[in-house]
Amino acid sequence: MARTGPTSTARRTLLWLAAIIIACTLAVGGGVLAGAASWAPKLGLDLEGGTQMILAPKVEGAGSITAEQLDQAVSIIRQRVDGSGVSEAQISTEGGKNVVVSMPGKPSDEERNLIKASANMNFRPVIAATQVPSGAVPEADRTPEDKLPVPTAAPVNASDPNWVDAAVMKEFEATSCIKPLTERPTTSDPDKPLVSCEPDLGIKYILGPVEIPGKWIKDASYGLQSGAQGATTNVWSVNLTLEKPEGAQAFKEVTQRLYAKYQVNQNDPQAQFAIVLDDSVVSAPRSQAVITDGQSSITGNFTEASAKALADQLKFGSLPISFEIQSEVQISATLGLQQLEMGILAGLIGLGLVVIYSLFQYRALGFVTILSLVIAGVLTYLAIILLGWAENYRLSLAGVAGIIVAIGQTADSFIVYFERVRDELRDGRGLVAAVENGWARAKRTILASKAVNILASLVLYFVSVGSVKGFAFTLGLTAVADLIVVFMFTHPTLQVLARTKFFGEGHHFSGLDPKQLGAIPLYRGAGRFRTPEETLQVATGKNTRAAGEAERRQTIAERRLAAKEKEMAGTGGRSAAAAKSESSDDSKESN
Amino acid sequence: MKSFATFGNELYTGERSYEFIGMRKIWFSIAGVAVLLSILLPVLSGGFNFGIEFRGGSQFTISEVSHTDVATGQKAVEEAAPGTAAVVTNIASNTMQVQTDKLSDDQTLKVKDALKTAYGVTEDHITSTFVGPTWGQDVSRQAVIGFLVFVLLATVLMALYFRTWRMSIAAIVGLLVVMVVTAGIYGASGFEVTPSAIIGFLTILSYSLYDTVVVFDKIRENTTDIDKSVRRTFAEEVNLAVNQTLVRSINTMMVAVLPVGSILFIGALLLGAGTLRDLSLALFIGIIVSTFSTIFVAAPLYAWLREHEPELVKQAKKVAQRRANEMVDAG
Repeated sequence: MARTGPTSTARRTLLWLAAIIIACTLAVGGGVLAGAASWAPKLGLDLEGGTQMILAPKVEGAGSITAEQLDQAVSIIRQRVDGSGVSEAQISTEGGKNVVVSMPGKPSDEERNLIKASANMNFRPVIAATQVPSGAVPEADRTPEDKLPVPTAAPVNASDPNWVDAAVMKEFEATSCIKPLTERPTTSDPDKPLVSCEPDLGIKYILGPVEIPGKWIKDASYGLQSGAQGATTNVWSVNLTLEKPEGAQAFKEVTQRLYAKYQVNQNDPQAQFAIVLDDSVVSAPRSQAVITDGQSSITGNFTEASAKALADQLKFGSLPISFEIQSEVQISATLGLQQLEMGILAGLIGLGLVVIYSLFQYRALGFVTILSLVIAGVLTYLAIILLGWAENYRLSLAGVAGIIVAIGQTADSFIVYFERVRDELRDGRGLVAAVENGWARAKRTILASKAVNILASLVLYFVSVGSVKGFAFTLGLTAVADLIVVFMFTHPTLQVLARTKFFGEGHHFSGLDPKQLGAIPLYRGAGRFRTPEETLQVATGKNTRAAGEAERRQTIAERRLAAKEKEMAGTGGRSAAAAKSESSDDSKESN
Repeated sequence: MKSFATFGNELYTGERSYEFIGMRKIWFSIAGVAVLLSILLPVLSGGFNFGIEFRGGSQFTISEVSHTDVATGQKAVEEAAPGTAAVVTNIASNTMQVQTDKLSDDQTLKVKDALKTAYGVTEDHITSTFVGPTWGQDVSRQAVIGFLVFVLLATVLMALYFRTWRMSIAAIVGLLVVMVVTAGIYGASGFEVTPSAIIGFLTILSYSLYDTVVVFDKIRENTTDIDKSVRRTFAEEVNLAVNQTLVRSINTMMVAVLPVGSILFIGALLLGAGTLRDLSLALFIGIIVSTFSTIFVAAPLYAWLREHEPELVKQAKKVAQRRANEMVDAG
């Protein structure tokens, strides 16, 4: 069947839409088979149950927190929460000011304190270290009780092995750096030795007491190291500046002691000082010189990224941020599910009412609305699943509300379009032409009004906090889905339907019955003829009747010509039609 | 439904016409009074009823309770945390809500345990919330920023699209009327203002402007070649456009209100206070007010803003002239 023109284009567009939906479904299906995705949307905390804490950072002393510092705060909290063994916790910033921690289940008091606590960064000298990544020493190989070290004298400095007593040694051997650290404390006594790990490398340390607290760090930066001649080398380094005088003085003493050990044996672990953040070793550089001015440069196998990370951590250490819990919500999964069920029920009822209303208003055309809504729903659903998979997007209750609210706004695009088509029919145009002309006009209106919706959801998404974000997100998502549906489904479907007998001949139940719409056809047989423009005229008595009389007297040929002119002027809008109407007035006078 | 379609036809042809523009003094007066009342009533009734998110405190929601006795809950709280005043409400069937002053973590656990026993439920059925007093303020501050940014961007967007800043102004004034009146109804009726309600308000922004844009688009279409037409004055064209889109406005309002109404109904009846109810209530009021505001405030205001332009005054004279001539012809 060789079809050309709008119908074949319409069919192609519909096929494209089908292809998009199938492709998305296959993508999700593939993800599900691979075990990475799920057919059910990921649920937000308010629906799934769990704890959500909103934390406001507090900087000690004056000053507000910058976005950069907030990001650091988030990464610190993420390390702490991950370290405490809570899986699937989500930590994000909000509104450039707060940190939101969402986790399944309930945090214990310890966990809560851990999250709130200010970052604890300091430098400790290394007393002992395992040189290779190591787990816990097997029970059988552990030092027997009687051979455990007993300090022979009071330690003279922070690097003194006399800090290591039986308890420390036992702890050291029992600690595993390979498994995620779960029950390790993150706040420790600064005056006591500490067993710690460098999680990235899995190296285990016994560290001496704190020698340089984080508050002495003035600044940290990173860059390519300068060589002897001042030329830039390819070695990344982290540059550390300590407060004068205390920081610089303390650092001088530490480096003197460690450098002495380094000169004797370059591999002596005691030549290392560990940068400890929340009691985890971030880095443990060797002291290769005595630093007297508090300006230190740390080199190692840094990449640009790892150098930046260390510099950021050091800077964070210089800024003791603690957190205040602004809001803490514990949601029972039952309540969330109940709300979700009710929400879905409300959505279905709402959808049902919209369906009934549109069938009532638009008859058979109502089915196009229903199908359009269903397709918009499918697209939204697929988008949520795909986003959940790719971006870990989680549907919250506010998001569900956004989707329900969107039903009304989605249906509205069709109303705008259908009303335009009806207007065109009222003007006396045939259905095929009415569908095209109505679309040309409705398209602009739909685009402009949806632009307002999308703008609103974008602004809300980027400016707002908390549940507003989830709501804005689904609202924007559904607006986009609506645009796709109205362009790729509703309009092409109407184009195709316009050629069917049922709609094309304006069946009483088609919703596009010209008679019912009060259309005045250009030629209605039986010698009656009126211009569409007349129907728009403000009735001015005799004048109208006279014009009608004039038209009634037209010959068939004249009528056909007029009809043609009208069809030609079709898209020209009212002004062209008005001009024509004027001329018919003229013809009346010449009669 | 023949009559509704006929109604649409008559509106379209101008056979039936409502004086949205011509009687604008009346509409503006009504809107003015509504705005005034919306500001006065909440003040008189003691201001807005802010939710716990704004006051700060602890809240417990207990679902699937065995009984809904209020005194039992108060006694349980009093015993678990002496000296704490608790407001216990039965917010929906099988659901109790307990609000107290800010409790410590320790007290929270104790109260939770006590409530668990008092209402015979398991741990799973209790939701506890602790909210600092600044949380709600944070939400609203961000909402206000969002509101301002959105209004600014939307004004520019509309001015660019419609090629006239007067449409932007008219639309924004219409929007402000919607916001004030919706907030007024909300405040006067004593509903609790929660962050969810604020989300609802923000959505009204989007809906209200959306509705206005659709009607204004038709107005623009009808008035594009106004200077060449002698059939109708500018104000009459605007009025016709509003009438022609009236069926659309009613249908849109209906389909928007139906789902929101069902959330409101289900939310209020079965769930009690919560995100769904608060949000849908604000939307329900806002959608209806928005539809009226577009028709009775924004469109007449736009006509009023423009009809004093010299060209339009001249065009109006031509229309009057032609009508006079026709009367002579007819006579």
